[in-house]
Amino acid sequence: MKILATVKRVPDPETSIKVKPDGSGIVADNIKWVVNPFDEIAVEESLRIKEKVAGSEVVLVSVGAKVAQEQLRTGLAMGADRAILVVAEDGLEPLAVARVLVKVIESEQPDLVVMGKQSIDDDSNAVGQMAAELLGWPQATFASKLELAGDQKTATVTREVDGGLETLSFPLPGIVTTDLRLNEPRYASLPGIMKARKKELKEIEVGALGVDVAPKARLVKMEPPPKRQAGKKVASVEELVHLLHTEAKVI
Amino acid sequence: MPSTAVIDFDSTKPTSPFYTDSHREWRDVLRRWLAKEVAPYVEAWEAAGEIPLALYGKAAEVGLLGLGYPERYGGTSAGIDHFHHIVTSEEAAQIGAGGVFASLMVHSIGLPPVLALGSDELKARVAARVLSGERHICLGITEPDAGSDVANIQTRAVRDGDDYVVRGSKMFITGGLRADYVTAAVRTGGPGYGGISLLLIELDRPGVSRTRLEKMGWWASDTAALYFDEVRVPAANLIGAENQGFLGIVLNFNGERLGLAASANAYARVCLVEAARYARERRTFGKRLADHQVIRHKIAEMLRQVNATQAYLESCAWRVQQGETPVADLALLKVQATLTMEYCAREAMQVLGGAGYLRGNKVERIYREVRVNAIGGGSEEIMRDLAARQLKL
Repeated sequence: MKILATVKRVPDPETSIKVKPDGSGIVADNIKWVVNPFDEIAVEESLRIKEKVAGSEVVLVSVGAKVAQEQLRTGLAMGADRAILVVAEDGLEPLAVARVLVKVIESEQPDLVVMGKQSIDDDSNAVGQMAAELLGWPQATFASKLELAGDQKTATVTREVDGGLETLSFPLPGIVTTDLRLNEPRYASLPGIMKARKKELKEIEVGALGVDVAPKARLVKMEPPPKRQAGKKVASVEELVHLLHTEAKVI
Repeated sequence: MPSTAVIDFDSTKPTSPFYTDSHREWRDVLRRWLAKEVAPYVEAWEAAGEIPLALYGKAAEVGLLGLGYPERYGGTSAGIDHFHHIVTSEEAAQIGAGGVFASLMVHSIGLPPVLALGSDELKARVAARVLSGERHICLGITEPDAGSDVANIQTRAVRDGDDYVVRGSKMFITGGLRADYVTAAVRTGGPGYGGISLLLIELDRPGVSRTRLEKMGWWASDTAALYFDEVRVPAANLIGAENQGFLGIVLNFNGERLGLAASANAYARVCLVEAARYARERRTFGKRLADHQVIRHKIAEMLRQVNATQAYLESCAWRVQQGETPVADLALLKVQATLTMEYCAREAMQVLGGAGYLRGNKVERIYREVRVNAIGGGSEEIMRDLAARQLKL
């Protein structure tokens, strides 16, 4: 079967992020960029299916700047077969990304699309759902377990919901978005890195797809969270209670 | 307002023309792997005096054990060059525990002679199992009365039918306590270097005994003395031709020195980074250590030495890559790197003061590992002598 997994280039979650003084975005210099951790889980899940179902192919797709090649190479080094980069130097909104993905999906015709439930930079949590809607495909979001029927015609997905687990079953093709506990992604390996250099990485200019990617929203301002204030030492329980009441106003 | 400029391992390294995408990608993967699979356990493994055997299998999976070895035996050699090895030494050094890698990577001295000179049958029997992490191989050259003077080896292997009978002992053998095989230098002929052969000895054979050696540093490495008392070894285990072992041993040395220099200088850089970090945090006499001229000059001096050594290292690696064997420079590079490590370990300890003297920090451990780097793989004295001989003074 053919599985399409998404890979977004995002700042390393361990990098300290600085907001530009004019609030127009983040300072992109000196940031380490990685594969969106939820997408890494999507790639891993795709590779596990490939290992189980003989003759499967895992295709990666990224929508973003040309430098996102690096993240696609990482996914190829993990074991994916080939990659597609839709080059869009300016960041796209979720609906635009969903429309671009739909174009890629229509041309690739995968049996299953696995994507991160959200990217850790914009946290929109929207593209998977939007793409499924645009395609008229079934979707199962926040998957913590994914199983395929023996004939690979049906997927069963467990989702962690408030108060328990929900199990959904749907006919393929469909879209699954991954939650944190779905799997623990493998490391790319040295032989994987060397082999990845010879794998196909196709680039498509976003303009060539003929979809409307014009932004519908305008970024007004980005600002860093307020600096944490220094703590205060108190001499007695009485003083603590008094301050909690008068200053912090929590009791 | 205190400076927030980044001073870390990467930021202190000069930009270099020798690294490509595959070097950078390997550095990233290895760094992540080490942070998760090794760094959290270093203290425990140092205390236990060994690394878990399961680590070899994990290291094989990520491609670490197979780095530079033929694909036929499960390694990765296509497209691999000396800079992948430098990257590996540097990332390993950042964990700040040389003993862990001394035992994890001990095959990097034990296996090459087998692959360079061994029969196809021997290679097939040993190489894949070592590179998959299933079996372990160490190198046995040094003896109580022979080391860098390889020609003086006294362990004897006497031919008896289809076997050799081995009698003697090997000293300071890294990874020797748990290895399955030793690539041993043995005397099969007359005196001098013309009478030495290399023999693969399985260490579960009757007559082999081993003793653990306690050390100043490298605690996680299971270093041992090996004793051979009439050990029968099949003649098929001979590595290369009889009495031709000396060349195999010497061939090993040049590559080993490049690796030792890369890691010694990386340890020096770790000391520099740790000293800078502490100097920016710790306050004395109303200001940061980093604001005292005597301390900031220490940091600058460490940086000067580390980056000068880095340039020498990369120039030597590039020359080796071009097919040259710059014996004198490789020997002197090792001296340069271990002196830099010694200097930086000392200076970083002075900057860290009492905090450095406490157990459980990288600088303290690196300080205890200076000597094994300055002595192992050819001492500074032997290296200078070798270089002087090459100069034909």
